Amino acid sequence: MPLVPLSEIAAARSGDKGEGSNVGVLAKTDAAYAFLKEALTTDAVARHMSGINRGAVRRFEADNLRLLNFLLDDSLGGGGSASLLTDAQGKTHGLALLRMELDVPEEVLRELEA
Amino acid sequence: MSENKTVRIANGQGFWGDSILGPIRLVEEGPLDYLTLDYLAEVTMSIMQKLKGRDPKKGYATDFVSLLDRILPTLVEKDIKVVANAGGVNPSACMEAVLEVMRSHGLEGEKVAIVEGDDILDGLDDLMSNGEEFLNMDTGQPLSTVRERVTSANVYLGAFPIAEALAAGARIVITGRGTDPGLVLGPMIHEFGWKPGDDDLLAAGTVAGHIVECGAQCTGGNYTDWRSVPDLAKVGYPIIEAEADGSFVITKHEGTGGAVNIDTVSHQLAYEMGDPAAYLTPDVIADFTSFKIEQDGPDRVRVSGVKGAPATSLYKVSMSYSDGWKSVGELTVSGPDALEKAQLCAEIVWERLAMDGCEYAEEERLEEYVGAGVCHRGIPEAETDTPPEVVLRMGVKGPDKAKVSRFGPELVPLVTSGPPGVTGFAGGRPKAAEIIGFWPSLVTKDKIQTTVSVLTA
Repeated sequence: MPLVPLSEIAAARSGDKGEGSNVGVLAKTDAAYAFLKEALTTDAVARHMSGINRGAVRRFEADNLRLLNFLLDDSLGGGGSASLLTDAQGKTHGLALLRMELDVPEEVLRELEA
Repeated sequence: MSENKTVRIANGQGFWGDSILGPIRLVEEGPLDYLTLDYLAEVTMSIMQKLKGRDPKKGYATDFVSLLDRILPTLVEKDIKVVANAGGVNPSACMEAVLEVMRSHGLEGEKVAIVEGDDILDGLDDLMSNGEEFLNMDTGQPLSTVRERVTSANVYLGAFPIAEALAAGARIVITGRGTDPGLVLGPMIHEFGWKPGDDDLLAAGTVAGHIVECGAQCTGGNYTDWRSVPDLAKVGYPIIEAEADGSFVITKHEGTGGAVNIDTVSHQLAYEMGDPAAYLTPDVIADFTSFKIEQDGPDRVRVSGVKGAPATSLYKVSMSYSDGWKSVGELTVSGPDALEKAQLCAEIVWERLAMDGCEYAEEERLEEYVGAGVCHRGIPEAETDTPPEVVLRMGVKGPDKAKVSRFGPELVPLVTSGPPGVTGFAGGRPKAAEIIGFWPSLVTKDKIQTTVSVLTA
């Protein structure tokens, strides 16, 4: 299976939620969504985002939108106006997650080309 | 009033500071029934309370009044109604200012309504002695830990008072704090005669409101596949074509830039989302996993089949409190050896401050090297040790204003007393700014009185 960035098979949007951020990952196809449900675990996301997020990672699903929604509980350096960080609102966390590399099955990549 | 009709509701303002071109072009460039405008963020309420404390005629979004001055004649000519949370912590002062602008345009006879009751700052102690604990929803702590430092306290009201104001014939409805989706749900309740307990319909209006509440973020703004979006400069702000059965289409005016497709709309559906199966508002619990989303022609996305569940007996309350001070400043460091030199600069600043008795704990200070990998910390391919130049961004925070203020004056001297190639200093020494903390909590609905008042210009 080829190692490809998550951005090949999904899009993302992120923003602030209290002292953490949410990252919504939107799979580009049904096959990509089925694969990501298995592969994009909270552990995998927590590892990849460990430089950004100090807290827990939780995951929710919305099949109708092919959406995996991740909550990063402590990712804003305090949140609100208490943060000293450039990205105090987690606006760029979606693109950070899309940099993750995954072993994606060939058939998932083939469906993207179709 | 339920009938076969389509009601067009647009949102022209995603936050205070959004482009004024959004609402102006919405009312000018195509048909519309309602224009909604969102001006409030949590930090805004605290600032507005301060302004009102200094001048009882202030404490609302003055931008709203300037905008109305530009668009009022078109609003009346095309019979467009406006719902805005521009009232901040002083809706009645906002109403007075709006009535004055109406008269200046010769629009006597037009009606303005305000929704009040969200501002509970003055009644906080009474509510507490009546058994409301205002426990922090995130930490569980009692309000007493910050009570003396609370600077604003507002209930997120629902959409029914807005519908009541529209039923009274208001051209302009001004609210204080309410839910963002409520601004568009209110007109739907009014137009279609929806009732409390019509949970699927109220949930549909809530989903529609969530999609448009950040303006251009559902029409191609902040979109992953940005190269595919045409003409973002002329991006069209979103319009809901709502129907009585709760189904709706998201679209934008013909000829505007941007894009409305399943992907751009899904991006916004994911924004600021917690559990998508239980999106809580004072009107309903909406299930964002329940509905069907489909393309319905160019720049048209149809949503149908939204499910909802009964709302809880509680309102969410947002309080802000004074939580110390912070100061942040920047310098630009050119190459060669930009990162190494910027790191030396930071060390020098911390050492000089320590020499003068100001040491900051690790969690009270920050240094960032913008250009070497700041946003995506810890992801190797997003970081570099050899940027051609970097912006050194440093900051401190803490409860002691004097200590926080001491930081600013030590940043600038690096231009002449640090390594070579340090520049980009402009705009004066960094100053201490107040940190505003947020205290999310709940209150029993029965204890909050909502009022709607209508005046004629």
